[in-house]
Amino acid sequence: MNARLLPYVLILPVTLFLCLFFLYPFVLVSKQAFSTGAGFTLDNFREVTGYWKFPITMRNTLLLAAAVVPIQLALALLMATMVNRMKKGRDLVLYVWTIPLGISDLAAGIIWLAIFEQSGFLNSMMNGLGIVDKPVNLLTFQNPGIVFLAIMLAEIWRATAIMLVILVAGIGLIPKEYYEAAEVFGASPWKRFLRITLPLLRPSLQTALVLRVILAFEIFAVVAALGGTLFPVLMGETYAYQFDLLNSGAAAALALIILAISIAFTLIILRVLRVPKGATI
Amino acid sequence: MAQIEIKNVAKRFGTYQALHDINLTIQDQEFMVLLGASGCGKTTLLRIIAGLETATTGEVWIGGRRVDDLAPKDRGIAMVFQNYAVFPHLTVFENIGFGLRMQKLPNDEVKDRVERTAELMHIEQLLKRYSGELSGGQRQRVAVARALAMEPDVILMDEPLSNLDALLRMEMRAELKGVLAASNTTAIYVTHDQVEAMSMADRISVMHQGEIVQAASPIEVYRNPAAEFVAGFIGNPPMNFLPAAPAGDGKWSVAGQVVDGPSSGKPLKFAIRPEDMRPADTGLTATAKVVEPLGAHLLITCEVQGSMFRAVLDSDMSVKPGDQLTLAPQPDRMRWFDPDTTLAVA
Repeated sequence: MNARLLPYVLILPVTLFLCLFFLYPFVLVSKQAFSTGAGFTLDNFREVTGYWKFPITMRNTLLLAAAVVPIQLALALLMATMVNRMKKGRDLVLYVWTIPLGISDLAAGIIWLAIFEQSGFLNSMMNGLGIVDKPVNLLTFQNPGIVFLAIMLAEIWRATAIMLVILVAGIGLIPKEYYEAAEVFGASPWKRFLRITLPLLRPSLQTALVLRVILAFEIFAVVAALGGTLFPVLMGETYAYQFDLLNSGAAAALALIILAISIAFTLIILRVLRVPKGATI
Repeated sequence: MAQIEIKNVAKRFGTYQALHDINLTIQDQEFMVLLGASGCGKTTLLRIIAGLETATTGEVWIGGRRVDDLAPKDRGIAMVFQNYAVFPHLTVFENIGFGLRMQKLPNDEVKDRVERTAELMHIEQLLKRYSGELSGGQRQRVAVARALAMEPDVILMDEPLSNLDALLRMEMRAELKGVLAASNTTAIYVTHDQVEAMSMADRISVMHQGEIVQAASPIEVYRNPAAEFVAGFIGNPPMNFLPAAPAGDGKWSVAGQVVDGPSSGKPLKFAIRPEDMRPADTGLTATAKVVEPLGAHLLITCEVQGSMFRAVLDSDMSVKPGDQLTLAPQPDRMRWFDPDTTLAVA
C-alpha cells in the first residue's frame, strides 16, 4: 500500500459513515427548514420565531446555560485540582464522581423528581423534621424559582463530571516543574492556579466548555421530567413541533436555530480561550 | 550577605534514607557544587535548601536565619531548574519578570530589571518571543535571567546545563561562572558532570549514598581524595588502584615493586592517577591491552598483575597492544586507602 495514500484509506470508513448518517440527514433537515413544499422560503423561521413562546424558550435556555455552566466549570476545576493532589485513592474518587455520567439524562431527571415531588424525599424529610405540616407541591407554576433550581441542581449533578474528566486529564499534563518554579518565584497557591494552571489548561478548558455549552443548549429530558411545560426550552419546543404539532418544517427550522447558537458560542469560546500566537501549550 | 548552614539534615522517603546527617557550611558568595552520581541525594539536598522538600530532621540556615518553616519565596533564593521550567504561555519578558510581578514591583522597575538581566544574558532581542520559539540554549539563558532578575542572596541550580549539547555546555559554563561571580550571590550548583564541577566550583561537595564524602576545593578533591569513592569518581580516566602489602616500616610492595608509603600495620590500597606515571627503567611492569590516541595524550589501558590499570602518556610515544611497559609512579602523587574504611591514609 502506498504510504501516502494509507492514512486517507484508513479514515475513509469513518468519513463515509459520518457523511451517510450525519451530513446527509443534516442536508435533509436544512432542506425541510428552508422549504414549505415549493421553493426556498424563510416561512418556517418566521413561524417559529414569531410564536409567542419563542422568546420565553430562548430566554429560559440561555438563562439555564448561564446559571449552570459557570458553576459546573468552577466545580469541575476545584474537583480536578483536588483529585490531582491526591496520592492514594485517586481513581476510586474519580469513579465515584463520574457515576452520574453513566446515567441517562431522563433517568437523572426522574431521580431529582423523586426528591422534589409532593411525595418525594425532600417533602418526607421536611415533614419528618416538622418544617412543614403536610407535604407541599414544590414543582408548580407558583414556584418558578424552585423549578429552575431543581433543574439547575439536576444538571449540575448530572453533567459536571464530563468537564471534570477532561480537566483532570488536562491538569495531569502540566509539568510539576512549572508549579515549583512559580512557587520559588513567589506565587501563592491561588496565584499558581491563576497564572499557571488556568493558562496552561486552555486547550482542555476549550474542549470542556464547548462540549458542555453545546449540551446545555440541547437540554431536554431533565427539563421534561422536572418542569414539564412549566419551563419550556428550545429543544422541548422542537420536539413539540415535530411530534405534537406534526410540523416538521418548523421543527427543522428550530433545530437549525439551536445549531446556529451552538456554533456562535463555540466560536466565542475558542476565541476567548485562544492560545497567543507563538506560545506552545 | 548569605552564608548557608546545613545542620544535621536527614531525609527519609518512606523506608528509603535519601540523606544521612548532612552538615555543610557554604560561605557568602561562594560557588558550591554538589557533585555525585544520580541517586546520591544531591538534588534532594538542593530542594531542601530551596524549600521544595522538607527535611525529616535537621536545620537549614540562610543568612543567619533559620528557614525550615519559611516558604521558598521567603528564603531569599532563586532557582534554575533542570528542564528550565520557562513558562510556555508567557513571553520571555514576562518569564524573566515573573518573580518581580509576584513581588508587585511597579511596572517601570520590572521593565528596567528585566531589560538589564536580559542584556546580561544576551537575550535582549528575544524578549517578545515565547519559549516554544527558543532553542535549548536560549531557554537556558531565560531561566538564568529569571533567577538573576530577582537579585537573590542565593541562586540554586539543578543540573542547569545537562540538557545542552557539548559545545554549548562548554560556552555556557564559562559564561555562567562569570555572570555569577559578578552578581555577588552565593551559588549552589548540582551536577553529575565532574568537568563542570571542577571548572566552575570554589568548592566541591562530593556526595555518595546520601552523605557528603568530601567538601574541598576542586584541586584538593582531585589531588587528595578523602576516600576511595572520590578517587574513583573524580578524574577521567579515574585513579588506578592496586593492592599493597607491607614490606617493612613505611615500605610497601606494589605489584612486585617496593615503594615508600605510610606506616600502617595492615594491607592498604595503593592509588595513582593515570597521568602521574612516567615510563622509566624501574617501576611497575604493565602489559598494554588497548591504546587510544587522544591527540594531546595517549590513553593506555594495560594490565598490572591481573588488575586493570590506565596510564596517560605523551602522544609521541609509540606503544602497541601487547607491548611491555615499565611505569614509574611519581612519589609525591601516590595515595593510600584503607580497604576496610575506604578512607585515605596519610
